[in-house]
Amino acid sequence: MNNLNIEQLELTETVGNIYADDAKMSIRNANVYYGDKQAIHDVSLDFAKNQVTALIGPSGCGKSTFLRCLNRMNDTIDICRVTGQLMLDDEDIYAKDLDPVLLRARVGMVFQKPNPFPKSIYDNVAYGARIHGLTNNKAELDEIVETSLQKAGLFNEVKDRLKDPGTGLSGGQQQRLCIARTIAVSPEVILMDEPASALDPIATAIIEELIDELKEKYTIAIVTHSMQQAARVSQHTAYFHMGQLVEMGKTEDIFTRPSHKLTENYITGRFG
Amino acid sequence: MIKTPQTQQETAMPTITEKVTQSLKKRHQKERRFKRIGLFAVLFGFMLVIVLITDITSKALPAFHQHWVKLEIDYNNAWLNVSSTADESLNKANYRKVLKKSVYEMFSSSDKKLNRKAKRQLFKLFSTNAEFTVKDTLIANPEYFNKKTAVWVRLDDDVDSYLKEDFAVGDAGLRISKQQALWLEKLSSEQRIERRFNFSFFTASDSREPELAGIKGALMGTLLTMFVTLLLSFPLGVAGALYLEEFAPKNKLTDLIEININNLAAVPSIVFGLLGLAVIINVFGLPRSAPLVGGIVLTLMTLPTIIIASRAAIKAVPPSLREAALGLGASKMQVTFSHVLPQAMPGIITGAIIGVAQALGETAPLLMIGMVAFIVDVPSSIVDSATVLPVQIFLWADSPERAFLAKTSAAILVLLALLLVINVSATVLRSKFEKK
Amino acid sequence: MLHLRHSRFTSYKISHGLYMNSSLLFFVLLCLTLFSYWFGVQRALKTVGGAEHKKNLVCLPEQFGLLTAMVCGLPALITLLIFNSAEQLVIEQLLISTLPANIQSLSSIDLGLYLNNIRAIASSETAQSLLISINESNDLIQQVQLKAALELQELNYNASWLKTGLVLIIVCVSVTMLVRKFSITFQARQKSETIVRALLVASSAIAILTTVGIIVSVLFESIYFFKSVPISDFMFGTQWSPQTAMRSDQVGGSGSFGAVPLFAGTMLITFIAMLLAVPVGLMIAIYLSQYANSRLRAFAKPMLEILAGIPTVVYGFFAALTVAPVIRNLGESIGLSVASESALAAGLVMGTMIIPFVSSLSEDAISAVPTALKEASLGMGATKSETVTKVLLPAALPGIVGAILLAISRAIGETMIVVMAAGMAANLTANPLDSVTTVTVQIVTLLTGDQEFDSPKTLAAFALGLMLFITTLGLNILALKVVRKYREQYD
Repeated sequence: MNNLNIEQLELTETVGNIYADDAKMSIRNANVYYGDKQAIHDVSLDFAKNQVTALIGPSGCGKSTFLRCLNRMNDTIDICRVTGQLMLDDEDIYAKDLDPVLLRARVGMVFQKPNPFPKSIYDNVAYGARIHGLTNNKAELDEIVETSLQKAGLFNEVKDRLKDPGTGLSGGQQQRLCIARTIAVSPEVILMDEPASALDPIATAIIEELIDELKEKYTIAIVTHSMQQAARVSQHTAYFHMGQLVEMGKTEDIFTRPSHKLTENYITGRFG
Repeated sequence: MIKTPQTQQETAMPTITEKVTQSLKKRHQKERRFKRIGLFAVLFGFMLVIVLITDITSKALPAFHQHWVKLEIDYNNAWLNVSSTADESLNKANYRKVLKKSVYEMFSSSDKKLNRKAKRQLFKLFSTNAEFTVKDTLIANPEYFNKKTAVWVRLDDDVDSYLKEDFAVGDAGLRISKQQALWLEKLSSEQRIERRFNFSFFTASDSREPELAGIKGALMGTLLTMFVTLLLSFPLGVAGALYLEEFAPKNKLTDLIEININNLAAVPSIVFGLLGLAVIINVFGLPRSAPLVGGIVLTLMTLPTIIIASRAAIKAVPPSLREAALGLGASKMQVTFSHVLPQAMPGIITGAIIGVAQALGETAPLLMIGMVAFIVDVPSSIVDSATVLPVQIFLWADSPERAFLAKTSAAILVLLALLLVINVSATVLRSKFEKK
Repeated sequence: MLHLRHSRFTSYKISHGLYMNSSLLFFVLLCLTLFSYWFGVQRALKTVGGAEHKKNLVCLPEQFGLLTAMVCGLPALITLLIFNSAEQLVIEQLLISTLPANIQSLSSIDLGLYLNNIRAIASSETAQSLLISINESNDLIQQVQLKAALELQELNYNASWLKTGLVLIIVCVSVTMLVRKFSITFQARQKSETIVRALLVASSAIAILTTVGIIVSVLFESIYFFKSVPISDFMFGTQWSPQTAMRSDQVGGSGSFGAVPLFAGTMLITFIAMLLAVPVGLMIAIYLSQYANSRLRAFAKPMLEILAGIPTVVYGFFAALTVAPVIRNLGESIGLSVASESALAAGLVMGTMIIPFVSSLSEDAISAVPTALKEASLGMGATKSETVTKVLLPAALPGIVGAILLAISRAIGETMIVVMAAGMAANLTANPLDSVTTVTVQIVTLLTGDQEFDSPKTLAAFALGLMLFITTLGLNILALKVVRKYREQYD
């Protein structure tokens, strides 16, 4: 398909600027194995605080796998093994004494396909607050739900039907509901795995606008297969290829002046 | 970690984390408890199986051994009362008297004669078929005529249970008197009592006497009934499944048939017995308690299972196979029988085996059609009166004699062993064909 | 006297076994079918002038053979089956018509006994000995019986020859008519495929026939029953004591057929069973699907299959001879009075039997919940138990409810465990330590005694069977509806 033999291009070092001054999450030498197969090879990067970092790359290059390490969702897969230093603020999230439950309250996740619970809209958003015991006061809970729905830009559309099932909303609304649900727990980091790929363009635009607003308060890492989306939405971009971090830097730099040949090929559409 | 609060959110954030951390301890406790309950439930299931199997096995063990006693039999012609040693005469001789007299001689001494009550008690020690053993011995060895010889005979089931140390003398329900116990001790000290493997359990058919009862009749009945069931349900089930999967048009009639099959699979087995009774016996007048009727009823019960399993196997055949054959000009019928069916056959056979295994353990419908009678003869055809192993178990379970308890448990073990063999072979077959 | 002379002739033949019995006939038919296959192939080849020209035929000679075999075997087989089914009835009617008037006018019960007597004589004596006995006997009544036995033997004998002749004629006629049509262009394959297709349809239709058969037979007898016992008495009466109807004038008179104690007993035992099976089965399903490692699962699956595969008669034995005494002793040691056939014993063992049922259906329901929901919950920091209780179980609830309904249906219809471990006395109570009886136990009791088929006692069994069938069918349909509604949620 292309005349570049990818395997021949050796990656000894990631190109570009992987470090941030104000890193919310720092990853150093992360490796991920599925049984004998290695999915992520020696990846190091920082996620800047209150910024949106996009992870791009051809399908199957490990972006989602890498993302799922950040909130230890890979723990649910028996054969998955993670090594390296993954830090949230200054804590190693894979430390033996670190509680994944607490981690996931601090690092939330929005999935590719909207997955609201088959409960009412209210109960969906209130789920996290209830299980974490954030409040036992109905008025406080109402406030949390309203605030989260507002931040997700959904409140006006559903304020009269909070008791309706969450599954009855449109695709875009469902995804915003999932975002509201995630931020109701007040996480510090929000991971988004291709959040708009199952949505139509209008709903996508709304989500992208939302992400831009959300970065004021949250650190966001977003996996996307759409370069245009990455360009629109993120401040930093990391390009992954076959489980390795090829290049990372400011979004405008990556898309206008990519340093690595592979990055350039991907951007210009030679493959991916 | 002290951070300079930059926004409202930031001052709130540690509080949230604190709140979450507070709730964690209890939540993890709940988690542990939940997990423990789940594990306990699984272990409970294991325990049930183990308790069941051990209980039945321990109850069954006594049935595999039997006590025999060596008696000195005097084939005295004064007692036999025959005119010649020709077979016909020997057949009609009075062996009961021979046995009785010989035994009395063994136990009376010159000073102590046995009274009538004692004689009766003494004679009760032996199985009712002891006299026939005595007879058989003479007929097989006519040279013993008018001579004394040692003959091994079976002991009565009460004695057998006693000797197996099920009871102590004086226990409620024990039918051994003190005198009988003394006699038994005497016999045992003379090395006259022996414990043998109970082959007759497998070679004899049912009997009122526990020490003589065996499962041969029931096994034969089971075999014949399963034979009829398999013979009828396999072709019908496969044919039905083929039709529904390959040929049936998508219309209301087909839907109706499918709904019917699914419903029939969930109908209680006793209702099939009612059907068998009302229709097959009263309308068609087939003989009650014959393997033929039992087989028909069980066929109707197993048919839905086989159809459902066969449909799954047929559905699993890739459509590319069908298309390839059709493309070569084969007719639909040829495609089905020459290509799809052979491919689906392993799955179909596995399903049929499992269906037959289910039918093997069925009791209720067979009770309805009359396989409750006390059948002594081993059935030799599908229209003879017969019983099946589960029904035999049911009938024996009602008997009060302790020996029948052991026999029933032993019969259960045989039934379970049969089922195990069938199910394991089905599993092995399935994995063998899945590996292909 | 003429009659007897004729009989003497046939009696000779009967006593020497010169007649076809059914199995022999089936075997002969089978051989004829195989032969006609070969015959069909030969005729097909003959029409094209030999095996070298067989390509000229529209279809393979084997298909001609197959068609011939089917045409030979099927009509004859169907005739044979119909004949066999009707044979007994017809012979019985013919026999009755030869009996003297005073016998014919007997009540159906007595007539049935009389006929049984005749049948016993006919099958145990040879015709010759019957003739001798007739001549020797002075007792008129006995003479009538013996003559009837002789008549029966003759009827059976004639029937078997008629059967044989019929089968042979049909075979010859149908095969001849078929092969006459053989030609080069004869579409043997299509015709045989049409026949095969018809056979396939017939096989599927058996399912409908069975359901119809069940409904008709049970309904029929029940309606007959409700003629003697009003349906309201049955459904709402609280006295169940079907007295022995040995006196022929007692038609549902002093026997009371109020089935409420039976329904209550069934419900009590089912309830106890569910109390054990649902929590245990559900927790097993949750643990195995969410927590257990593959090693434990590899052991647990066979364990559940063993529990499911143990025949119910074995469970009944266990309940009656192990569990019931244990419960009794336990109860009496703390001063409670426990029946020797307590509902508790039967219920617990029935629950054990149902555990794998609940467990596997629940596991299916839980696994069917999309993983996305599980991940969403875990991703928000919920523990596994919270995810299970707050997300998975509510989402799987319709499926689990369906499973429970099916399990209840199974418990209600279960027979052997209750026959062996529950009592026979109808007792209206909610105390699990008492002895109760269930619908299935009564069905078995009523039908395995020695009574004539038409007495209200035996008919009551069919009425109970009708109740059982309707209830289990209703539960199954309900369960299906509930599960279907659940599937819609995810489509």
